[in-house]
Amino acid sequence: GKNEYDLLVIGGGSGGLACAKEAAQFGRKVAVLDYVEPSPQGTSWGIGGTCVNVGCIPKKLMHQAALLGSALKDAQHYGWNIAQPVHHTWSVMAQAVQNYVKSLNWGHRVQLQDKKVKYFNMKGSFSDPHTVRGLTKAGKETVVTADNIVLATGGRPKYPTHIAGALEYGITSDDLFWLKESPGKTLTPFVFNVSLECAGFLTGIGLDTTVMMRSIPLRGFDQASQMASLVTEHMESYGTKFLKRCFPSKVEKLESNRLQVTWKNSDRGTEETDSFDTVMWAVGRAPDTKTLNLETVGVKTNSETGKIIVDASEATSVPHIYAIGDITEGRPELTPTAIAAGKLLAQRLFGQSSELMDYDNVPTTVFTPLEYGCVGLSEEAAVQCHGSDNIEVFHAYYKPLEFTVPERDATQCYMKMVCLREGEQRILGLHFIGPNAGEVIQGFALGIKCGATYPQLMKTVGIHPTCAEEVTKLHITKRSGLDATVTGC
Amino acid sequence: SVQAHNEDKAQKLMEMNGLKPVPDSYDYDLIVIGGGSGGLAAAKEAAKYEKKVMVLDFVTPTPQGSSWGLGGTCVNVGCIPKKLMHQAALLGQALQDSRKFGWQFTEEVKHNWMTMTESVQNYIGSLNWGYRVALRDNKVTYENAYGEFVGPHTIKATNKRGVEKLYTAERFLIATGERPRYLGIPGDKEYCISSDDLFSLPYCPGKTLVVGASYVALECAGFLAGLGLDVTVMVRSILLRGFDQDMANKIGEYMKEHGVNFIREFVPIKVEQIEEGTPGRLKVTAKSTTGNQIIEGEYNTVLLAIGRDPCTRKIGLDKVGVHINEKTGKIPVNDEEQTNVPYIYAVGDILQDKLELTPVAIQAGRLLIRRLYAGATTKCDYVNVPTTVFTPLEYGACGYSEETAAEKFGEENIEVYHSHFWPLEWTVPSRDNNKCYAKIICNIQDNERVIGFHVLGPNAGEVTQGFAAAIKCGVTKEQLDSTVGIHPVCAEV
Repeated sequence: GKNEYDLLVIGGGSGGLACAKEAAQFGRKVAVLDYVEPSPQGTSWGIGGTCVNVGCIPKKLMHQAALLGSALKDAQHYGWNIAQPVHHTWSVMAQAVQNYVKSLNWGHRVQLQDKKVKYFNMKGSFSDPHTVRGLTKAGKETVVTADNIVLATGGRPKYPTHIAGALEYGITSDDLFWLKESPGKTLTPFVFNVSLECAGFLTGIGLDTTVMMRSIPLRGFDQASQMASLVTEHMESYGTKFLKRCFPSKVEKLESNRLQVTWKNSDRGTEETDSFDTVMWAVGRAPDTKTLNLETVGVKTNSETGKIIVDASEATSVPHIYAIGDITEGRPELTPTAIAAGKLLAQRLFGQSSELMDYDNVPTTVFTPLEYGCVGLSEEAAVQCHGSDNIEVFHAYYKPLEFTVPERDATQCYMKMVCLREGEQRILGLHFIGPNAGEVIQGFALGIKCGATYPQLMKTVGIHPTCAEEVTKLHITKRSGLDATVTGC
Repeated sequence: SVQAHNEDKAQKLMEMNGLKPVPDSYDYDLIVIGGGSGGLAAAKEAAKYEKKVMVLDFVTPTPQGSSWGLGGTCVNVGCIPKKLMHQAALLGQALQDSRKFGWQFTEEVKHNWMTMTESVQNYIGSLNWGYRVALRDNKVTYENAYGEFVGPHTIKATNKRGVEKLYTAERFLIATGERPRYLGIPGDKEYCISSDDLFSLPYCPGKTLVVGASYVALECAGFLAGLGLDVTVMVRSILLRGFDQDMANKIGEYMKEHGVNFIREFVPIKVEQIEEGTPGRLKVTAKSTTGNQIIEGEYNTVLLAIGRDPCTRKIGLDKVGVHINEKTGKIPVNDEEQTNVPYIYAVGDILQDKLELTPVAIQAGRLLIRRLYAGATTKCDYVNVPTTVFTPLEYGACGYSEETAAEKFGEENIEVYHSHFWPLEWTVPSRDNNKCYAKIICNIQDNERVIGFHVLGPNAGEVTQGFAAAIKCGVTKEQLDSTVGIHPVCAEV
């Protein structure tokens, strides 16, 4: 028989919604299934996926709250008379953030309705390649059939289940943003950008925060650890505590309801312990594929990561079944790439387009207290790819003008550009640590997409006074060994 | 040749005046007149090539008596103090926002002008000092003296105490910059201040009238209002002449909605003092530009920001035959920054038909020196220079305005893509949701190449810089579309 829908999207997050809405533009009959399995602590949320509810959006808003704390300190140097002490109230911030997120949930519902996309708040699983069984929270079942199916169920935070008490007593980022009360004294093992970002803003709003690090800080990012070290160095001077080369062995609950964490310090070879109000795990995310019933229809996944294997056109091993976003193997776990991939997929399926998603040179930013933005290759990757003799790294330590009056420490404000040494000196990668890193990097990402070269960048006149202009003035190479501190106007 | 003729004429002039004839060897390889952005960059660069360089820098005090140290406009009375005071105003807004993000402190927060100005001046002092040290380290001779030409290859330097010295050089670089223009009405020099005075004003300006619609006028009005002062801007006709008018109007709208008063189509005709003081009270009488209406207003401070004039009329250019535009005072140069007199060059704000920006002056100065002394051939690229206006809602731009693009390419050959956006950081504190705006102008006939970029929003300078680099690489709309955004930032729009 004929299928009910032209397109069924399982997962109403960044990728899923973008794909569904784009397909609807072509006049297609589209349905979206979205369902949030509550976290072990019981947290749940509305449509919109990770980014909107427990990712980018609340994270950046809380990061902003922390930045405003610094702004309050700076303001006094700029002449504003603020009576000390200044307090931060978690519940005011949390409520404001949560209200905004809910308005986004609502906005998405309205948009789906306007575009005539059918929305089911149900958990989907395959019965056959064109049939999906949807189950509501109450257990009611609906069967949906579609010509094309797009899997965009994203990921959820992992728990280190081998650590006693981790699941019962710890929370994850899924819960942090929805806490009604302050998390208090917090421990966040281990280190992925999520952990650093959360630890960063928690410190910024005045909470006693400790990051526990097993080894390297930002896995996957610039591995000279140079950028990662600068970021964590700044956080240390900012007030975040770091327990390096430690890993937790157990979490117990105390009579006071606080949590007692025991860990092994591999440097000293000792076992240490301390008590916290909250333990927030940030040990990576796992793709949300277990309940999809992929084996039944033969969609292949990577045995190690569990992620769905797709080709350049987002197709899985089963015809007419596609996958986009965090759930796919080898793709960046970012909202804008999921959105772009989702839109392009819809255009290829229903709009006679043949344009594939370009995953190269995707810019990203880590929103730690001192932000880190980058695009292109890390120094290591460039060396690995081209050999250290064939690349040139230009770098500079700079001081944002706005830091001068309040005498803020700019030791870790740094940028570097990795270029090919020969020929036209094409730019392979750009890395920037400083305020508003995302704003700075975005335009340069465009330049790199156009194949920007070092001479072209040098011909670009700077905007004065900004931090970004220092990128156009980079001229000291690492190779030269000269002092890379920017001096004067 | 023209050069020989000029030198011959000037030589005769000097001999007539009893001055020594030009020696075969000069005191210096290069004398730079003006120790600002362009001049200092050039001087330091020349010293790298082991040239004997002198810098003459002198600041004629303002009518109000303000003066400053080495570094030029940017460092002392331009970009630097402007951005710091803009930052102070932004922090005022941040204080308001922070309450919504959970921060609690006393209801009433007041701003102290003196605390801010002292901090800013201390920082500028450190820059002045830094420049003195840098020149010394680079073995560049520096004299705090007023330089003017007296004959071929010869300059007279007069210091604060009136002591005169003569110096000769093989080449000269004029980089004297500009100073604010006055209205030429009764009371302007006696009672009004300019941006030359504002950043070191030893008292809070209070209720201020800003006369003018230049970016200087709007930036100053913007931060003064942000610090809590009662500010009015008196505009003769349009805002930000020469800028994209669509964007200029949006900037004005935003400022109006955020407490800046505008009086449009009026010009002051006299300023009188009601009461002396720091600040005092001034009465301003203004006349309509469209009729006979006269209005009066009382202010503590009147800040004139109606334009700037090049410092080229009293430096003896006639003695060496350097042409200037008689009307504007600007110096025309060729694409190698050379004046009509081959051994005399010029950079910076005084140049005719070039942008008045620090980075441009620095770039032009450095490249000039490399061409003169290091055999380089690269000329300064004045095309697609990005700029930012640091009004309360910042405006960054690179390339053509919508009007100029339509004029040059024809309206039917350009496509304008635009979007309003709501910075995420503005959501929680419920700030305006339809004010931030971005647009790009594309040339349809050239593969939809991006020929103009405009953004109105926070951190516009940081956002615009990278796009300027992309425009330099010839970015097209297609490439822009295929570039993934960073989320969530303003620039991803």
